[in-house]
Amino acid sequence: MASLSVHNLYKNFGLVEVLKGIDLEARQGEFIALVGPSGCGKSTLLAMIAGLETVTTGEIWIGDRMVNSVPPKDRDIAMVFQSYALYPTMTVKQNMLFGMEARGVPKPQQEEAIRRVANLLQIEMLLKRKPGQLSGGQRQRVAMGRALVRDPQLFLFDEPLSNLDAKLRVEMRTEIKKLHNRVGKTTIYVTHDQVEAMTLASRIAVMHQGQVQQFDEPQAVYDRPANMFVAGFMGSPSMNFIPAQLVEDGGTTAVTVRAAAGGTAKLALHNGAGSRAAGKDVILGVRPEHLFRYHSDLKAQKPGLATLSAPVELVEPTGAETMAVMRVGDIEIVGRFDPDGAPRMGENITLGVDMAHACLFEPTTQRLI
Amino acid sequence: MAEATLPSTRALDPEATAARRRYVAGRVLVYGVLSVFALLYAIPLLVVVFNSFRDLPEIAHNGLINFPHSFSWDAWGQAWSSYCVGGGCNGIRQNFINSVELTIPATIISTAIGALNGYVLSKWKFPGSEIVFTCMLLGVFMPGQVALMPWAFILGKLHLSNSIAGLILIHCVQGISFTTLFCRNFYVNIPDDLIKAARIDGAGFWRIFWRIILPLSPPILIVTVIWQFTGIWNEFLYGVIFTSGSQQPITAALVALGTGGVNVRVYNVSSAAVLIGALPPLLVYFLGGKYFVRGLTQGAIK
Repeated sequence: MASLSVHNLYKNFGLVEVLKGIDLEARQGEFIALVGPSGCGKSTLLAMIAGLETVTTGEIWIGDRMVNSVPPKDRDIAMVFQSYALYPTMTVKQNMLFGMEARGVPKPQQEEAIRRVANLLQIEMLLKRKPGQLSGGQRQRVAMGRALVRDPQLFLFDEPLSNLDAKLRVEMRTEIKKLHNRVGKTTIYVTHDQVEAMTLASRIAVMHQGQVQQFDEPQAVYDRPANMFVAGFMGSPSMNFIPAQLVEDGGTTAVTVRAAAGGTAKLALHNGAGSRAAGKDVILGVRPEHLFRYHSDLKAQKPGLATLSAPVELVEPTGAETMAVMRVGDIEIVGRFDPDGAPRMGENITLGVDMAHACLFEPTTQRLI
Repeated sequence: MAEATLPSTRALDPEATAARRRYVAGRVLVYGVLSVFALLYAIPLLVVVFNSFRDLPEIAHNGLINFPHSFSWDAWGQAWSSYCVGGGCNGIRQNFINSVELTIPATIISTAIGALNGYVLSKWKFPGSEIVFTCMLLGVFMPGQVALMPWAFILGKLHLSNSIAGLILIHCVQGISFTTLFCRNFYVNIPDDLIKAARIDGAGFWRIFWRIILPLSPPILIVTVIWQFTGIWNEFLYGVIFTSGSQQPITAALVALGTGGVNVRVYNVSSAAVLIGALPPLLVYFLGGKYFVRGLTQGAIK
């Protein structure tokens, strides 16, 4: 039985259509990440699941119940907000008790729940403090604690880490993952950070302009993005998009791209056996980590390797790896290199392109071919 | 060597000493002017305070504006309990009590309604709530005189003419515009996420109000209470028009005391009565003024 399912959900704010037919399903215990740029409708979707926004049309089911008109308190959910939304005049303990008091949970059970969660999140020493006396990470922890004490059927997270500094964010990300592994509750997690989505989720729903672009496991979303939006959004630096043309090359298919000097380069497709229409325009998508400095040993390791020469225009070392901006035809592509043997500025590098991992997109619909 | 001589050279620097002298002269001028104006501003109050302690013959002899040459509490006692105002000779005690009985309930009720209105208009917006708020705001700009006739009509219909209850009703209704404005603008700055979190936590309209909104409200409630208390206590027009005699609030009674029909002007009793009438708002300001300024500027600077 699905823990949460959303069918053909629409939301209008006046004349503005924010969600346009969302279908989504979370299995029991699953961790679903809703990811997308600002304004894609992901927070609205979460608010609708929580019952804080009304449904225009469509259905939301939690467990075996249609909850479209069920008020938030009766949906058996808990939510962690981006702003934490801790009640400022109450202590941490009172914050955690508030929900149970409102629901009339018996006192001994309240105490037991507080003890269990405080122990789980290691916030026992904070129970008597007020939110104003806590650091960002502690507030985050307490906000999760408040959600956990109620033992709900569904956890909702609304960008819970975006107010933390970079280091703490990574720590808390790991904690959320551990916590989910331990508690095993179905979780819907909204974020604009694709790394968070990749690391935490069992499945990712990539949203854009009020629609789910792709809903799949993280690696599948990364390796086989459904369209150019998903391809560009997931991964940093973004996937390179190179205009290309399909050509027939002795029984196999290849693509030609415009090279730097005005000529063209031919890249054989890895699994390009026949069947594709030669002469068709396509967009070749290559991730930065699938570009290498070509040498003959590499050919043996990577069967789908094709070569391409490109002048290096800019080099950006980050320590662990070095990014290089190179020119192919009239576009720039970014490659991710090991700092040893990274390209140098002005060099004309011969690139090995791992075509086994390359994607082809239809230029007009922008869909994966 | 250079370090050792540094302080003395600096002290003797002619430009620095000149600047220092100009600074001191400037300060003296500023404080001098301020003191003169403060004194001018305080003189009326001082005259009243002095006169309340002087004997009537002494006032007649030395003039109204003068330092006291005699001292007695008699005028205060008379003003409070025995001076003849209007019909009776019981001083202004009853009117003072009237004002207390009028101001306290009217302040509490109008503040409570304002807080509730502000809560609804900021956190439970409904279609048209902004229009409702705009209409309530009009009350802030409406002069009290405009409402005299309607109130006369309403009080008559409700049989509340010449009663404290009638004045309470008027001040509650007239005050709601202000209290709603204050509270709504304060509550707008409370994050909506708190309300959402509480709703998911299972709290309803009233629980959220009592447990989350009200505990955050002291700054604005203090402002509202001070505003309403002083406004209602000092209000004169409704008091003098809709009540008479023993039902009058103190502001109306003070006027009656000044125009009592007796030919002799009892400056000392009048002064004492005025001061008695002015004490409660002053007291409220002294106790809460600090919060008042803080509350009014809250949100403006943060």
